[in-house]
Amino acid sequence: MGWGVGCFMTAAKHLVTIKGVKDGLVFVLDDDCPFSEVLGELQHKLEKTHQQILSGPTIRVQVKLGNRIATEEQKESIRQLIGQQQNLIIRSIESMAPEPAPFGSEGNGITVMKGIVRSGQTVTHEGNLLYLGDVNPGGSLICTGDIFVMGSLRGMAHAGAEGNEKAIISASHMRPTQLRIAGFISRPPDEWGVDETYMEFAYIQDGKMEIDKIQHLYRVRPELYRFKG
Amino acid sequence: MITSGKGGVGKTTTSANIGTALALQGKKVCMVDTDIGLRNLDVVMGLENRIIYDLVDVAEGRCRLAQALIKDKRFDELYLLPAAQTRDKDSVSENGVKEMVVELKKDFDYVIIDCPAGIEQGFKNAVAGADQAIVVTTPENAAVRDADRIIGLLENHRIGQPKLIINRIRANMVKRGEMLGIDEICQVLAIDLLGIVPDDEYVIKAANAGEPTVMNPGSRAAIAYRNIARRMLGDTVPLMPLEEKKGLFRRMKKFIGMG
Repeated sequence: MGWGVGCFMTAAKHLVTIKGVKDGLVFVLDDDCPFSEVLGELQHKLEKTHQQILSGPTIRVQVKLGNRIATEEQKESIRQLIGQQQNLIIRSIESMAPEPAPFGSEGNGITVMKGIVRSGQTVTHEGNLLYLGDVNPGGSLICTGDIFVMGSLRGMAHAGAEGNEKAIISASHMRPTQLRIAGFISRPPDEWGVDETYMEFAYIQDGKMEIDKIQHLYRVRPELYRFKG
Repeated sequence: MITSGKGGVGKTTTSANIGTALALQGKKVCMVDTDIGLRNLDVVMGLENRIIYDLVDVAEGRCRLAQALIKDKRFDELYLLPAAQTRDKDSVSENGVKEMVVELKKDFDYVIIDCPAGIEQGFKNAVAGADQAIVVTTPENAAVRDADRIIGLLENHRIGQPKLIINRIRANMVKRGEMLGIDEICQVLAIDLLGIVPDDEYVIKAANAGEPTVMNPGSRAAIAYRNIARRMLGDTVPLMPLEEKKGLFRRMKKFIGMG
């Protein structure tokens, strides 16, 4: 309840601002205060103070949440509230906050580890892994998500270890003894040995393992690592 | 301790030669052979026929440590604690070796532990007594893999920052790309390089005669081992060039800029 008091204290700031635009109205909801306050004021405005605009022809309403990230329930409560007014139709509920993009094939979160995986050592991890260091031949990296190695991958890497075929393995110096993604096992072709100057990544396509430059990751796995710029 | 993982890369030869080289520099050195059952350090040093007691006798209390030590008469302060030939590596425990080494450290400047090949009890015994490790490898893939494994195990045993010696390098094979180069090995193993030793026939000859190679200043391997000893004592010694001394004609060509 201290929250509520704080909000009211700040010079009777309007938590809900209603602006008129060419094709309707824009409800700008303040993004600092708790949602209940904003909802309360919206209700107050709709039912009491702004009656005059709310009678008349159908008006399209755009709700802007600012930097607030609203849950589905919160958005639903806004829809219901505005829906009570017969002539208001919600066009959209927008938030400027960047949507948390699914980071990696195993949801959010990438762990960073550093060191050197020597022959005979195994590093297992649940989730996505960024490994700063080398993986020597005879050493293994096993992850349920994606594997990114900044260093030389000379050993074995197993991504998507629990069956995730969308996982990828990437290394700045890709010289593995073996690569595994989910259930697919592959080894580098015998002609390998030419030093490429770019980072590469391995992925599964049509039941086979393929390798490509890291620049082409966006083509192969468009749903991963999305960011809105 | 001097270890490698792989057998036959030159641990015993390195132990003998580093021990001798340090003794030549005036240090009090004791070499300990922990390869029980397959002892070699005594053969290479030429002290085989003077063994009365060995490491297992000391561990089992049949003699005092001082009784088992053999003094090498060719040098001032070089001693050897031999291993047993009639037992095997499970005859001594880690603590047994550790106690002996602690006892030796009181009287000697350097205690060099020659570790057997492998990662089993013999290795565990040697590690128990050691403060620092030297990993020996040859420029071959198999040896480098095993060295990497051993370095990983040393890290588990809290022996930090082992140093590397690359043994039996054949310069012409490296040049032809048939043998791994020094840089490649260091890149994979990622530890500091202590020294390199070129492949030298004299080493085999000397070992058979029971004479440590460093006693002959003409052999390139001997020079390499002496350099390593000097580096251990703190001198900065540049790595010896791998190529053989060229004949006069070749040297002229190089001088002019053609070779």
